[in-house]
Amino acid sequence: MNQDTRAGQDAPPDYGDWEPVIGLEVHAQLLTESKLFCGCSASFGAAPNSHTCPVCMGFPGVLPVLNERALELSLRTSVATGCRIPPVARWARKNYFYPDLPKGFQVSMFDEPLAVEGFVEIDTPEGLKSVRLTRIHMEEDAGKSIHDAHEAHSLVDLNRTGVPLMEIVSEPDMSSAAEAVAYLRALRSILLYLEVCDGNMDEGSFRCDANVSVRRLGATELTTRTETKNMNSFRSVERAIDFEIRRQIELVGDGGRVTQETRSWDADRGRSTPMRSKEHAHDYRYFPEPDLLPLETSQERVEALRAELPELPRARRARFVSQYGLPEYDAEVLTARRDLGDYFEAAVAVHDSAKSISNWVMGDVLRLVREGRLDGALVIQKWPVSADHLAQLVQLIDDSTISGKIAKTVFDEMHQSGDAPGDIVERKGLRQVTDQSAITAAVDSVLEQQPDKVAEYHGGKDKLIGFFVGQVMKATGGKANPKAVNEILRARLAKP
Amino acid sequence: MANLDLWTIQDARRALDAGDTSSVELTEALLGRISAHEPTIGALITVTGERALADARAADERRASGERKPLLGIPIVLKDIFATEGIRTTCASKILEDFVPPYDADATTRLATSGAVLLGKANMDEFAMGSSNENSAFDPTRNPWDPSRVPGGSSGGSAAAVAAGECLGSLGTDTGGSIRLPASYCGVVGLKPTYGRCSRYGVIAYASSLDQVGPFAHTARDAATLLQVIAGHDPRDSTSAHREVPNYEAALTGDLSGVRIGVPAEYFVDGLAPAVEKATRDAIETLGARGAKIVNVSLPHTSYAVATYYLLGTAEASSNLARYDGVKYGLRTQKGGELLDMYRQTRDEGFGTEVKRRILLGTYALSAGYYDAYYLKAQKVRTLIRQDFIRAFESCDLIASPTASTTAFRLGERSDDPLSMYLTDIFTVPANLAGLPGLSLACGFDDNGLPIGLQILAPAFAEAEALRAADAYQRDTDFHTRRPALSQGDSSR
Repeated sequence: MNQDTRAGQDAPPDYGDWEPVIGLEVHAQLLTESKLFCGCSASFGAAPNSHTCPVCMGFPGVLPVLNERALELSLRTSVATGCRIPPVARWARKNYFYPDLPKGFQVSMFDEPLAVEGFVEIDTPEGLKSVRLTRIHMEEDAGKSIHDAHEAHSLVDLNRTGVPLMEIVSEPDMSSAAEAVAYLRALRSILLYLEVCDGNMDEGSFRCDANVSVRRLGATELTTRTETKNMNSFRSVERAIDFEIRRQIELVGDGGRVTQETRSWDADRGRSTPMRSKEHAHDYRYFPEPDLLPLETSQERVEALRAELPELPRARRARFVSQYGLPEYDAEVLTARRDLGDYFEAAVAVHDSAKSISNWVMGDVLRLVREGRLDGALVIQKWPVSADHLAQLVQLIDDSTISGKIAKTVFDEMHQSGDAPGDIVERKGLRQVTDQSAITAAVDSVLEQQPDKVAEYHGGKDKLIGFFVGQVMKATGGKANPKAVNEILRARLAKP
Repeated sequence: MANLDLWTIQDARRALDAGDTSSVELTEALLGRISAHEPTIGALITVTGERALADARAADERRASGERKPLLGIPIVLKDIFATEGIRTTCASKILEDFVPPYDADATTRLATSGAVLLGKANMDEFAMGSSNENSAFDPTRNPWDPSRVPGGSSGGSAAAVAAGECLGSLGTDTGGSIRLPASYCGVVGLKPTYGRCSRYGVIAYASSLDQVGPFAHTARDAATLLQVIAGHDPRDSTSAHREVPNYEAALTGDLSGVRIGVPAEYFVDGLAPAVEKATRDAIETLGARGAKIVNVSLPHTSYAVATYYLLGTAEASSNLARYDGVKYGLRTQKGGELLDMYRQTRDEGFGTEVKRRILLGTYALSAGYYDAYYLKAQKVRTLIRQDFIRAFESCDLIASPTASTTAFRLGERSDDPLSMYLTDIFTVPANLAGLPGLSLACGFDDNGLPIGLQILAPAFAEAEALRAADAYQRDTDFHTRRPALSQGDSSR
């Protein structure tokens, strides 16, 4: 997991006197049990065509029935992104022929979407920026065509057909690849907070198409744009957009013209190639879907959804700074995921030592997330190291029961066994030695055994203090309080 | 068995209840009539003889154990547009010639649950597109009153099967008149309920916002019995109404006192056959004699209805029929080629001329640059037509008119002129656009001995009122008891 949600950590890209104009269309798979219009499972990874029924396979005479949960999640997102929700939204059919589109049309929304005119805030080197949302609408996913599995035939897997998607369309408000990624991260973070999407880019449950054009700095008109698809990581998005910006600048700089087209990003080769020209674009013949009723959303429902919204990432980030006195960076990392922030706050509630707990969460806890590849799976709550236990661990350090070094050992053991840190410390006898006389005895013993080093120290080699501390720690099995060891050593060495 | 010719569902029900016959006996008799008449009539695409006898045996057992239900053991026929699990469902198209659905339509399930016996799947115009049944990919159905004539369409098989005495009742669908027109041409009762009254689940879609399921029978009472079973909310159809189903048979009181029957001037136009006009006006008078008050009403946008219907209906059809692409089920061309070739060839081989014509029309109406002028404008006219009815029903309770301007025409007579064929639906289409219920019943015969249909339209969900008027009419007349000469050579006697 990349913690960075800010644009322009690096120096701003140099596009000369050109300004890129970027808009993103995000498709987010809604976290529902079943598909948008039938009862089939919407889960990923099953055997081909096992999650299908006559409805999602478009058999003759079958009819769609809306999954109310999908609507709920989409409305929640619309409210959270400040959208206006018109009283009526209408389903529309988008007609085209393709073997993985079993009905010959996709049920989507067209001129009466679910929500319009929202925004998502991002940080840029120039400060806060609000990226406007044009619209949010719902639609069903198509299936998957597999062209390379069989030499003579293409195969079709309809498991994904009818899975509920939310399409979030931004205005062309971003002017660098870094800004586009910042927007994407901020949006993903909001969706994770709202628990409407798992945000998984690998499996395609959070994916985006980028509309890119370039114009001379200071110009205001929109120029011909291209659409880039097939980017399945933030890194791909950034590289693909940057590639496209530079390609267009070079093209136009040489007196050429940008062709309106759809391009496909090839991450391995680091370049995109045209898929199909929009000049011969499909006429999708949208019209209202007669098999579904218009969606009427009352103002009361909007208000109720607003009242139930969780605290969103930006607000939480600001609160973490003001309430816990955390640095901006910590607050940002901890609030990038709702569950991570929840975990942090649960720990702080047990032991009020925010910065120490933050260090542990950002360090060892997130290391486990990365090693366990738990990113995006929303399973922090299920970890063996509970927030309670982490708080207890930090408390043991703070009250000098164990040293920070021993704490690493205890943490590993906590993760392995799921036991409370106090139990582990007792069981393994890791309690820190703070008894002055015991430490003094250990110090004296070390100094006695190392007369040469003591002489060198007195001869001016101050740095040997570290060596002596190490020897004493070794002699006490790492359990001596390092601060006490230091003080006693210095005191003993000061009196020849 | 008594004279099966004259039997209605109520007669059969009484005989079954009295133990005078069994469902198996009745079913066997009707299967015999099917064998005798089908070579002439061609009302059925598939005869489900074994299934029928199994259904009949099961019904007899249920009856023996004391169960009493209005349709228990009653043999019926379904238009081949209703999905029937395990029984091929062709929609009279080559593209679905071998299609066997793994599910039942809601109406199929409701009839089975009620104990009805499925005799077969009725012939129709391909994908319900047509007014004559000549657009069936298989043989056309012929009119039992005169086999040189069409039975009307698109539910012509369902109407002809009842008229020919091959079954006691049947189901069809009505998108622009596809129940009422064949009911009129075949001299039976055909009812198109309010849009949303019956589930469309498992009914192969032609035009989703217009399609509606409904019954055929000899009498208004039988139609009420059938409607009782198929009406009601279905969670699988989002457009199905959440509305209680009244007791339709109980509504048949014969009492029309105070009922205001509106007669729309726009439905009595040039081109209306004199015999049809006379029979219709006589029928309205008969209703008046029963106590109904006859009033004049106006439906000013009637003349735009056919054009509106052929834009909206075909637009929806162009999308609904996109799924027949050779990929998942149904016909796939044997000729090789790239994907696009496969699509084109499959659809070229699988669809008939009229279906292709409507797909093209609808595709055009939805195309960029034409959408506003055609589809959108048609939607606006649809609203005007709906408002016409709302206004008219402020001054009347029912509307009476001819069902069609003529009686049944000859096979081939209108085949070369699609426009004249389309105008066949001129009196029936408005009710579909407005989503209103309407029925047709026999109100006389012309000089050629062909039945004439009276159409009764009602406000939304007022099927009971339309049925009450039809039943009252049938109490005073005997047109519904006449049977085509064909049936008199009944092999079962």
